[in-house]
Amino acid sequence: MGSVDPIRTVEAVWRIESAKVIATVARMTGDLGLAEESAQDAFVLALEVWPAEGVPANPGGWLTTTAKRKAIDQLRRQGVYEEKLRELALRPQPGPEPELLTLIFTACHPEVAVEGRLALTLRLLGGLTTAEIARAFLVPEPTIGQRVYRAKTALRKVPIELPPAEELPARLASVLEVIYLIFNEGYAATSGESWTRSDLCFEALRLARVLAALMPASSEAAGLQALLEIQSSRLAARVGPDGEPVLLADQDRSRWDRLLIRRGLDALARAESTGVLGPYGLQAAIAAVHARALTFADTDWARMADLYRLLAHVAPSPIVELNRAVAVGMAEGPEAGLAILDGLPLTGNPHLAAVRGDLLDRGGRAEEARAAFREAAGLTRNAREKALYERRANPGSS
Amino acid sequence: MRYLITLTRIAQPETPPPAELMSAIMRLGQEATEAGALVDQSGLRGLAAEVEVVGGKLTVSDGPFAEAKELISYAIYEVRDEAEAVEWANRFMKLHRDMWPGWEGVSRVFPLMTF
Repeated sequence: MGSVDPIRTVEAVWRIESAKVIATVARMTGDLGLAEESAQDAFVLALEVWPAEGVPANPGGWLTTTAKRKAIDQLRRQGVYEEKLRELALRPQPGPEPELLTLIFTACHPEVAVEGRLALTLRLLGGLTTAEIARAFLVPEPTIGQRVYRAKTALRKVPIELPPAEELPARLASVLEVIYLIFNEGYAATSGESWTRSDLCFEALRLARVLAALMPASSEAAGLQALLEIQSSRLAARVGPDGEPVLLADQDRSRWDRLLIRRGLDALARAESTGVLGPYGLQAAIAAVHARALTFADTDWARMADLYRLLAHVAPSPIVELNRAVAVGMAEGPEAGLAILDGLPLTGNPHLAAVRGDLLDRGGRAEEARAAFREAAGLTRNAREKALYERRANPGSS
Repeated sequence: MRYLITLTRIAQPETPPPAELMSAIMRLGQEATEAGALVDQSGLRGLAAEVEVVGGKLTVSDGPFAEAKELISYAIYEVRDEAEAVEWANRFMKLHRDMWPGWEGVSRVFPLMTF
């Protein structure tokens, strides 16, 4: 019987604790870059010390104390420690709110460009390296390095604290958006061969769980968690044996992950219990309509169309209208769906062309449907999606 | 990656579980939830029945069963790798070691088949 490799134990503790360590030091020093470096230094020291002396009784506390000491050493070396102490004495002391939440809100600060928010969140909250983030986003490593650097520079003038109550809704929206974008980047790659990159999905789901646990009274935090739990439940079913995408209608629902569906429905119930559903809660409610249907034919399309109408009301967008067209097309017939598509400002959008193709096909207009799918195949940048649309543009030829 | 972590008791002292241990377990559970790692858990109310196939023979027995080596609880964790699951099990067992002298048991970490 072997015992667990001590290096792997240190790394595991690091992944569990690093965000909290960075958050605590950032709150103490007001300097995100210094906090990240000091936390890294503490991790390196743990790699040396723990395998020899054993993991301390409170490993998170050890890392935090060590990182704080490293930060103070650094400030002393720069000769700014006294100045920093005075500055800190003038600042309001950190309140009782969880440090981790403060770090999430800081990484997702609107001062930072969206791309920078994604990279910084994955790096500080997810513990991913620049190289790992670059691989996930299919961009060169220096690009991510630049985004992180620019993000940290932009954050230098930003106090590391929770937003005041009047700014909270807008700031929370930014946090939710960042987590959702990370998920989507993994869920449907916009370019390249890979249809899903489940590591990004998992990290986004984990962050949504963290946020919902830290903000138990927030309807939208619960709503986003619900949405991502339910969408994640289909990850295995939406890819076929050769890596090709399988659309919702064709998925083997026995492969849907029941644990995630149950967690998603629980989180949705928590969001609903606040008495109001925001855009994420409504999208979760829509995802739940699929999750509750035993077969595609059992789907409650009338409820789906209603939910899309509500969503279009609170978060109007052409994409929501596109999805509403699908639901209405199922509930009231293809012509009703096509009527919604007319006039949508989505020229050049492959999904619009594909939805039109599908509605035309179901309305018995086969020739027009094939033309729409040809258009969709020509527009998409996703190789797997292209193959799918080409099959529908040339039925019977494969 | 998803792991099932079970808790099995080997030996239990005469004393009841200390309240301090119970609240520490609650805190650890909250911490694991806030880390986005703990996704499901339950204590077991005991063993109701055993349905066994031995030598081609099916037997159903509803006890009473010996209480030694009893399965106490399970938890499901979603974490980035196995070492992380082991770390959570480790923290859970440390609480038992430190707060309930004389208690002995084992936590087992099983990788589950999912995405």
